Amino acid sequence: MATKHQKTLARFMVAPSVLLLLGWMIVPLAITLWFSFQSYNLLSPGMERFIGLTNYKYFLSDPAFWQAMANTLMIVGGVLAITVIGGVVLALLLDQPIRGQGIVRILMIAPFFIMPTVSALVWKNMFMNPVNGLFAWLAKAVGAQPIDFLAQYPLMSIILIVAWQWLPFATLILLTALQSLDSEQMEAAEMDGAGAWAKFTHLVLPHLSRAITVVILIETIFLLSVFAEILVTTNGGPGYASTNLTYLVYSQALLQYDVGGASAGGIVAVILANIVAIFLMRMIGKTLE
Amino acid sequence: MGSITLKQVRKAFGEVEVIPGVDLDINDGEFVVFVGPSGCGKSTLLRLIAGLEDVSSGTILIDGQDMTEAAPVKRKLAMVFQSYALYPHMSVRKNIAFPLKMAGMPADEQARRVGHAAGILNLTDYLDRKPGQLSGGQRQRVAIGRAIVREPVAFLFDEPLSNLDAALRVNMRVEISELHKKLATTMIYVTHDQVEAMTMADKIVVLRAGRVEQVGSPLDLYRRPANRFVAGFIGSPNMNFLEGEAAAKLNAHAIGVRPEHFQLSTTDGMLAGTVGVAEHLGSDTFLHVTLDGGTHVVARASGEFPVDHGDRIWLTPAEGRIYRFDQQGLAL
Repeated sequence: MATKHQKTLARFMVAPSVLLLLGWMIVPLAITLWFSFQSYNLLSPGMERFIGLTNYKYFLSDPAFWQAMANTLMIVGGVLAITVIGGVVLALLLDQPIRGQGIVRILMIAPFFIMPTVSALVWKNMFMNPVNGLFAWLAKAVGAQPIDFLAQYPLMSIILIVAWQWLPFATLILLTALQSLDSEQMEAAEMDGAGAWAKFTHLVLPHLSRAITVVILIETIFLLSVFAEILVTTNGGPGYASTNLTYLVYSQALLQYDVGGASAGGIVAVILANIVAIFLMRMIGKTLE
Repeated sequence: MGSITLKQVRKAFGEVEVIPGVDLDINDGEFVVFVGPSGCGKSTLLRLIAGLEDVSSGTILIDGQDMTEAAPVKRKLAMVFQSYALYPHMSVRKNIAFPLKMAGMPADEQARRVGHAAGILNLTDYLDRKPGQLSGGQRQRVAIGRAIVREPVAFLFDEPLSNLDAALRVNMRVEISELHKKLATTMIYVTHDQVEAMTMADKIVVLRAGRVEQVGSPLDLYRRPANRFVAGFIGSPNMNFLEGEAAAKLNAHAIGVRPEHFQLSTTDGMLAGTVGVAEHLGSDTFLHVTLDGGTHVVARASGEFPVDHGDRIWLTPAEGRIYRFDQQGLAL
């Protein structure tokens, strides 16, 4: 369509922004990479020296690392499962004609506007608190022993809190996708003898597959780096039970003052993110054909 | 078998009464066309028969059985939608097989029926494509294929040709008529295009504002329209209506003359007028004439008729081809 001349011009026009973005990404990455090969502890300033892969050796052999890795994947996987399945269900419900539809939809989206620290604190103090929390009150009301969520099921609690924040996002995207489903197709399926479940699996789900892919992609990017919710609730504990990679890097750098080790951890996190990205891209390639 | 009977079928959406009460008999194997201007309730009537809308009152009998409350699939009707409503993520094969799969038919029987339908509709080479890779006419055929495989008691078509271009529309019109001859199954076809109605139907049902204005064969409606609305709707170009003096002479409130029933002359005749636009099509010439009384009429001359804008012309309605209407628009 475009002529050769136009293409050359277009390349020149986008070059500045491409270079800027590239610099923006490359410089911090290069510095992190540089630090990761240094013995660099904030408690012993002026002692920096090149130590090769030693930081990586220590970070990867740290027993906390593998647990953090597993926790990171658990958080991503758990939250994705809850938000995608819950999002489809909620979108289907919100698509039904009901009275006060507008208000219900706004209420539905509300959690997404609350900043992570606030929502995590609300959950921690008002819901999950074993003495004053709503869940504890409910448990006591039926005569059961209140559960100390953050101590007994720290990772599950974090997943629950993060999922609560991301559910509206998934619901919203899936709802808009649902609304673009051709109603004549549904009627045709009805005439063809498809029941509600058959219509869902043969028409609705395939129609939503693209939107689900988008939800998974965007959420994964953010879920790999969940941090605030962990910091204000469990501080990664008890032990390392709710520490993810991001939180481990943070504790390495700012609690143990080991910049070199934290940088090595950062690079490992980048590699993990890239591996996940490759899988996601393959998945998207398949759905978008 | 596929006879359908409507008894006092009424449909209202809230306060708005769309169909005030329709009685209709459709015989087995008939090609029935519902025709009328947009908003006349013809699509709603079709959807009531299909079971996609619930009737407010009245009875629908299919093959003598009361199907008023039955679910769409129980009625054993197949519908072709205006937008075709193909399933975009399924191949043509899967689209056509979908109703069979839903009915739990064994795979080899499904394959046989799909192959048979594809053969009839010239779709054999496209079975593994997705609807998005097909042209409009091919999609239309897939939609028909999906209807055929169920071997329904009747086919319902909801303006199936309105998304096609003019040339393709003529082709598909012929194909659907051929299909009807081949299958000999009852078909109900909704359109706003009276040409489609005239060319395809065994029986035309003219609707206006949810009421049946007239039911009859195409030529019945052409020759003996029951009222002014039907007279004006059937035939192309539309019938010309004259009121006042010309009508009073024939003891009518209004008279109607079809464009093809005028005899034209450049020297003398019954009605004098001035030629406006002249459309020379070669086989026919359509003249837009403003009569001296101010009435605008269209007249058709077969072959070429050498007149130009502004020329004087005289029109004489052919004997026995004048339709007379009373005050209420009913034919006399």
